[in-house]
Amino acid sequence: MKETPLSNCERRFLLRAIEEKKRLDGRQTYDYRNIRISFGTDYGCCMVELGKTRVLGQVSCELVSPKLNRATEGILFFNLELSQMAAPAFEPGRQSDLLVKLNRLLERCLRNSKCIDTESLCVVAGEKVWQIRVDLHLLNHDGNIIDAASIAAIVALCHFRRPDVSVQGDEITLYTPEERDPVPLSIHHMPICVSFAFFQQGTYLLVDPNEREERVMDGLLVIAMNKHREICTIQSSGGIMLLKDQVLRCSKITGVKVAEITELILKALENDQKVRKEGGKFGFAESIANQRITAFKMEKAPIDTSDVEEKAEEIIAEAEPPSEVVSTPVLWTPGTAQIGEGVENSWGDLEDSEKEDDEGGGDEAIILDSIKMDTGVEVSDIGSQDAPIILSDSEEEEMIILEPDKNPKKIRTQTTSAKQEKAPSKKPVKRRKKKRAAN
Amino acid sequence: MAGPVSVAAEYLAGSRARAARTVLGQVVLPGEELLLPEQEDAEGPGGAGERPLSLNAGARSRVRVVCGPGLRRCGDRLLVTKCGRLRHKEPGSGSGGGVYWVDSQQKRYVPVKGDHVIGIVTAKSGDIFKVDVGGSEPASLSYLSFEGATKRNRPNVQVGDLIYGQFVVANKDMEPEMVCIDSCGRANGMGVIGQDGLLFKVTLGLIRKLLAPDCEIIQEVGKLYPLEIVFGMNGRIWVKAKTIQQTLILANILEACEHMTSDQRKQIFSRLAES
Repeated sequence: MKETPLSNCERRFLLRAIEEKKRLDGRQTYDYRNIRISFGTDYGCCMVELGKTRVLGQVSCELVSPKLNRATEGILFFNLELSQMAAPAFEPGRQSDLLVKLNRLLERCLRNSKCIDTESLCVVAGEKVWQIRVDLHLLNHDGNIIDAASIAAIVALCHFRRPDVSVQGDEITLYTPEERDPVPLSIHHMPICVSFAFFQQGTYLLVDPNEREERVMDGLLVIAMNKHREICTIQSSGGIMLLKDQVLRCSKITGVKVAEITELILKALENDQKVRKEGGKFGFAESIANQRITAFKMEKAPIDTSDVEEKAEEIIAEAEPPSEVVSTPVLWTPGTAQIGEGVENSWGDLEDSEKEDDEGGGDEAIILDSIKMDTGVEVSDIGSQDAPIILSDSEEEEMIILEPDKNPKKIRTQTTSAKQEKAPSKKPVKRRKKKRAAN
Repeated sequence: MAGPVSVAAEYLAGSRARAARTVLGQVVLPGEELLLPEQEDAEGPGGAGERPLSLNAGARSRVRVVCGPGLRRCGDRLLVTKCGRLRHKEPGSGSGGGVYWVDSQQKRYVPVKGDHVIGIVTAKSGDIFKVDVGGSEPASLSYLSFEGATKRNRPNVQVGDLIYGQFVVANKDMEPEMVCIDSCGRANGMGVIGQDGLLFKVTLGLIRKLLAPDCEIIQEVGKLYPLEIVFGMNGRIWVKAKTIQQTLILANILEACEHMTSDQRKQIFSRLAES
């Protein structure tokens, strides 16, 4: 879909508001929107919400052969995708410019700054190294994708745990998470991007521009810094002329913001660590709140329940008693009775396929159960029988014949020898299959 | 045509079709079938949901019931196509059986004939303007559809201007067309919207709620300060107050009204009135 065009009215209003130092959502010039970081159940899965902009990050690892010219270093791979649900204008073919720009910026920020120690990812020099892959998906676009993406990337990398490996001579042992606790990545520092939007040829600037503010801005300056005030990347786009002191001022602001954001990240990681250790519930289901629409909400109406009991009694008294279900068993031969119709007799198939029909037995038991319900047979009174019924999974379970003069309502099981008997009832075999399903 | 459709619908429904009267105000889901009042009497006690279409159906007295958005006629019954709450409005003048419709939440607008919407002019080509209304296609607006416009006297419309107009043609097979005059040839409030002010987008349900008669929110907002406000049925609202601060406050209040209960709203308004 084409992007909704920006009307002259909106443009004028936004620029005037910025001149008066007012932003659409009431923020100050240097304020960030609310940042929310939540973690999934897997290690390395996180979601970052910067206001309404949402990025989902996932880190995964794999053992591969290293690059030829860097035999002792691991491989890092970053990928940011603009999902079609992020904005109506994002379509599979259309987003290339923006996508390339964001990916390049992210790579420069994370790879060139050497925030991850790639030497520690080496398992056997020249043969096996870890390839760490960071996948970021933009789920909702409300401005300032690059900030949210960089936060998501670094948080996911800090949260990730790779499987432990030990090398003994020529043997490489890869331990599963059950055998040995997975090991975190070795991260030197956390570079975070901060974006500045410029308006009116550099006269006014805003930190963390909204989607609307991004549309009317003249240029964008992105500074990636870590909490030690080391600049990792600087990029200025839009072709505006910036003065030296403007850039210096921006870098000072960045220092302050990055310190705050890093603190928030560390706190979030710590919280998640604590919850996992204590065995509490973690994951997206717990941390993402449900949103509710209250526009059509109905107020609770008070109900008078004082006469409910009397009414209930009246209704019960007036209702007819439930009809008794009397089953009339048909006695075929001494020891074999039939209650109800049952399904079609398929004795022949059953004998051949019984051994391999274990999987189908479960389904069959369920179907047969429902038919049994219709006939109104009481299955639960097994305990009242004299002969013991053995509930076990074994194929060769012993079948027990009930005495014929006992209450014919009870279902009897049949020995394997008695199978040849021409009993039209499938009940005994049904019983047997049910035991397996019950177990 | 009605035959196979009704069979398919019954298949989907699974359970007995319910009387529309009993489900008023409750949530209905797509695929449900609803019986109109005159059909319930003919059902009889213990009648199963499936009833063969009688050949002398025309002999019964029919009440004219209007099927609103979210409902579709399916044989003799109403088939629900959107999930939401079922609503009914009694007929004013006494003829007909009233209107039934489903109140649902949606953000994406689909052009409907007769709707008044706010559009943004995207292109001027020859005699028509292309106006983006939030639907799948831009609507076309002829330059003669303004009040007092003639071939010599063209309206002053630039690309990027806001237009308030109504649809004369809006269906799924054709490009929507809109005009800025009513059937008498008068503007009646439509046309180019003024220069300043803020345009923002909300859900369609909120717009309908705000446009309902005796809407509390609008009355309370009107008491705060003088303002101009235009509601487009495509989810767009244009707001203008004396200062930028006031305009921003209004925009934020209206956007937040979606998720606030009436108590919270009253609190916010009282706080604003004080400051």
